[in-house]
Amino acid sequence: MAYSDKVIDHYTNPKNVGTLDKSKTNVGTGLVGAPECGDVMRLQIEVDELSGVIKDAKFKTFGCGSAIASSSLATEWLKGKSVDEALQIDNMDIVEELNLPPVKIHCSVLAEDAIKAAINDYRTKNGLSELVNAH
Amino acid sequence: MNLHLPIYLDNNATTPMDPRVLDAMLPYFVEKFGNAASRNHSFGWVAEEAVDYAREQVAQLINADSKEIIFTSGATESDNLAIKGVYEMYASKGNHIITCTTEHKAVLDSCKHIEKLGGHVTYLSVNADGLIDLSELEKAITDKTILISIMYGNNEIGVIQPIKEISAIAKKHGVLFFTDATQAVGKIPVDVIDDGIDLMSFSGHKIYGPKGVGVLYVRRKNPRVKVTSQMDGGGHERGMRSGTLNVPAIVGLGKACELCRLEMTEEATRLSAMRDRLENSLMELDETYINGDKNHRLPHTANISFKYVEGEGLMMGFNKNIALSSGSACTSASLEPSYVLKALGLGDDLAHSSLRFGLGRFTTEEQIDFTIKAVTDTVNKLREMSPLWEMFKEGVDINSIEWEHH
Repeated sequence: MAYSDKVIDHYTNPKNVGTLDKSKTNVGTGLVGAPECGDVMRLQIEVDELSGVIKDAKFKTFGCGSAIASSSLATEWLKGKSVDEALQIDNMDIVEELNLPPVKIHCSVLAEDAIKAAINDYRTKNGLSELVNAH
Repeated sequence: MNLHLPIYLDNNATTPMDPRVLDAMLPYFVEKFGNAASRNHSFGWVAEEAVDYAREQVAQLINADSKEIIFTSGATESDNLAIKGVYEMYASKGNHIITCTTEHKAVLDSCKHIEKLGGHVTYLSVNADGLIDLSELEKAITDKTILISIMYGNNEIGVIQPIKEISAIAKKHGVLFFTDATQAVGKIPVDVIDDGIDLMSFSGHKIYGPKGVGVLYVRRKNPRVKVTSQMDGGGHERGMRSGTLNVPAIVGLGKACELCRLEMTEEATRLSAMRDRLENSLMELDETYINGDKNHRLPHTANISFKYVEGEGLMMGFNKNIALSSGSACTSASLEPSYVLKALGLGDDLAHSSLRFGLGRFTTEEQIDFTIKAVTDTVNKLREMSPLWEMFKEGVDINSIEWEHH
């Protein structure tokens, strides 16, 4: 399968690979996918408590190049957004940006799920109700 | 050293044609274009002579008689002809076939076709090393069993089945034995007499010959085996496979077989040494596993799982420079990981993490050096990026996590 230049770029130079301290109350962690399916994404956000803005985002992904690129892109988009703005990220935006073929759309869905799971984790930690999962 | 990229390490999928094979074929396109079935003029005689010579070259490689060689379009057709042809020809004797779960799709799908026609098929499982259990095989035989179909060497993991033992069991019970030997012929000694094989398929393009040509060996003595033709018209190939013979391809296949016969011993030694070096170097990485029995394996094949990294993602790290295959689902349209690896009892995670290295006649030591470095670097890089690797390093049991399945 031929990958788009953007997928190759994220794969070769992934942005924001790493781990945030998940015990901190202002860090939300989302772990989605399954090893059996060949895709596992862990996406973390660190929220500035005063402004409600995501000041850092990190990921680690087990998966194909498109899965790695989708999560790398997601962390780039998350930084600087408010939590509410982050919820607006749609998987189709990722598909469009990375030019993912139909068989790789599930990678973008997984990235959106990971964002929502991280936000949910952050909300529960801070006494807010869990959001209804979009999927 | 002058290393040409990309490196081809997918020789189990297909091999480049040997230039010596091409040279042998070239006169048979324009100059000597005759139809081998034209009995009345010199154009036909020249073509027929070339086919006869090739048939002899093919027969010699597998210790057969040239009359036992049926030319087909490839191993897939030969597999179909063997299974469906025996099923039809021996319908009065029974309708039961025994095969195994790690066979090539051409065998498995032909068996499924037989089931649709009302026949019965037993699919033997394999052990963790990829070998069938001989006592299971013998137990599966009934008075309705007409055929045992077990491959010689596996295309994904390279495991060689106990062919002599299988044929002995088949003979003891009066059942025919067919083997898909596509990956074995030309790579290791295959002898239809010694091995007790009744029917055997293989193809040209896996042994440095052309695509679009293959062989079905059909034994003529002790016992005399026949298959019902699956392609009618003209009665070519002793009535078992009609169709104008593909003379240039057959000439190429003959030459390819001759080269394999002459160079096999040396080539197998060279390839297994390179394969072992590749394997031993990659095994220095933690959590790396060789798939398939190491003691019963084709010399040119290595199948390795790199736990906690996904196969397609792994290949992306070097597929600009190295061509090989993965058991990962992402490389196939089905989204299922390799059924062969799953048949060994590998979890989906390990099946998704596998690479198949297929070395060949033109593989060099420099290419192996390059591959060792590229694969090692990519595995290390992706593990740094893998949440599963991090969990493993922290001692978290990945199986204890409740994963959501899509």
